[in-house]
Amino acid sequence: MRYSGFRVLQQAMTGHKGWQPAWRDPDPKPHYDIVIIGGGGHGLATAYYLARQFGQANIAVLEKGWIGGGNVGRNTTIIRSNYMLDGNEPFYEFSLKLWEGLEQDFNYNAMVSQRGILNLIHSDAQRDAFTRRGNAMILNGADAELLTAEQVRREYPFLNFNNARFPIKGGLAQRRGGTVRHDAVAWGYARGADRRGVDIIQHCEVTGFRIENGICRGVETSRGFIGAGKVGVAVAGNSGRMMAKAGMRLPIESHVLQAFVSEGLKPVLPGVITFGAGHFYCSQSDKGGLVFGGDIDGYNSYAQRGNLPVVEDVAEGGMALFPGLGRVRLLRMWGGIMDMSMDGSPIIDRTHIDGLYFNGGWCYGGFKATPASGWCFAHLLATDTPHPTATAYRFDRFERGRMIDEKGMGAQPNLH
Amino acid sequence: MIIHHPFLGPCDAQEFTYLGDASLIDRPDGVTEGAEAAFYNYQYLRDNPAGLHRELWFHEQGDRSWLVVTRDTVTHEITSVELARDVARAKGRSA
Ligand SMILES: Cc1cc2nc3c(=O)[nH]c(=O)nc-3n(C[C@H](O)[C@H](O)[C@H](O)COP(=O)(O)OP(=O)(O)OC[C@H]3O[C@@H](n4cnc5c(N)ncnc54)[C@H](O)[C@@H]3O)c2cc1C
Repeated sequence: MRYSGFRVLQQAMTGHKGWQPAWRDPDPKPHYDIVIIGGGGHGLATAYYLARQFGQANIAVLEKGWIGGGNVGRNTTIIRSNYMLDGNEPFYEFSLKLWEGLEQDFNYNAMVSQRGILNLIHSDAQRDAFTRRGNAMILNGADAELLTAEQVRREYPFLNFNNARFPIKGGLAQRRGGTVRHDAVAWGYARGADRRGVDIIQHCEVTGFRIENGICRGVETSRGFIGAGKVGVAVAGNSGRMMAKAGMRLPIESHVLQAFVSEGLKPVLPGVITFGAGHFYCSQSDKGGLVFGGDIDGYNSYAQRGNLPVVEDVAEGGMALFPGLGRVRLLRMWGGIMDMSMDGSPIIDRTHIDGLYFNGGWCYGGFKATPASGWCFAHLLATDTPHPTATAYRFDRFERGRMIDEKGMGAQPNLH
Repeated sequence: MIIHHPFLGPCDAQEFTYLGDASLIDRPDGVTEGAEAAFYNYQYLRDNPAGLHRELWFHEQGDRSWLVVTRDTVTHEITSVELARDVARAKGRSA
């Protein structure tokens, strides 16, 4: 069923009795051409683009829980393409362009809202660094705008401009950045893939790979063996644990990141803001809640919850920037497991095992990457060659000294 | 999280800085055959287990000792704390 304004009207007249489930609930077939492990944003987008863009039809997505129950449904929904390095920026700009046409493309309202993102500047050195980043963005066809403190004040008058330690000296704005309804992204891709014949199989945990003579023949699951011509892994925070079953050690550690949402408020925050002197960022959801977060907790974790010191740190950052926050009550907080890579950048690559492909290492920034990650992984699975914007995301870049380290932190995952 | 320091008793994990997997104690020999591959493994690859994890914590806001903490990455429960020095000595790595 195609969704449209007319359909909503028609259903309203007939008591909304005609809606159908947005995707089927099929039993797994014994064999698929391509099996994707992980029904998060990246796995579902990969299946969608394989079917829509690369003409593949015999595909399954295997999800151990329910689709959208992982990080795709836990993130703070920010999209942007404000990276600096050559290996990254073309990829993230490709992603932002895909976001711009996504809802028409998969016929689903994902509430893509280009309300803009503003990275605040608090020192002269930071202004220099952001100017350089803005120029790198423009060179790669993205938009970037350097704002003075006065320009920032016009848009965000309620911020603390006179904080003695961290005065606001300006900002780097990307007007095309913004937020997207994260659950709807999972659902939209799922529905779009399902309509093109992809089997989305929930409550099906992959427990191992069947590898014969260096070739991956399929996967062992909680619902039996499923044969596959090719297997693509997109399990985000579970990457290390999954690939260990294929005997691989990854340049990845799993860490927990927390996020917070306040009670609903009238519109106060027009776009996304980030504090440049500590780690705090905030936007307002369409329901009115302030959605905010900060640093990862900093130690290896597979628990989808964090500890109180980060809560304190985020609250302090928020109060330093946005003192009005102090009167707002917190509604909910939660955590998700991040696949933190050794240079803070992702991997979309073949493995040394034939037929086994890997997509991971997204750290805390993989939501914005969802469309491009799906497209590029589909490209790799379908053609065995990397997409032009994802050629740098190789496994062997660490061995060859080709790290893509935006922050210049070195091989220390909890600092990226 | 509370880390039970062998000398100082219970300490808030906030007093510590986290480095990572305790295998970082096993720094390879830089002048032997195959050192390059050994360093790649050492520096970049991790077991990243879901479950018990031996890891290095530095008591930066305290006595500045390095500890090897055994912690469950699924529950955050800490089951043992040793001085990294003792662990390294037992491996014959430290005087
Ligand atoms: C609190 C928080 C805030 C964030 N904020 C942002 C943000 O503002 N902007 C941004 O760009 N990014 C953000 N991120 C990061 C982003 O959410 C992730 O990088 C991205 O969602 C990861 O890709 P995914 O959607 O495919 O992951 P997931 O949704 O986690 O998908 C992986 C799926 O694999 C499944 N799986 C795992 N193991 C198996 C198995 N053995 N068998 C079958 N299935 C399995 C899991 O159940 C899961 O559903 C944030 C993350 C968190 C936690």
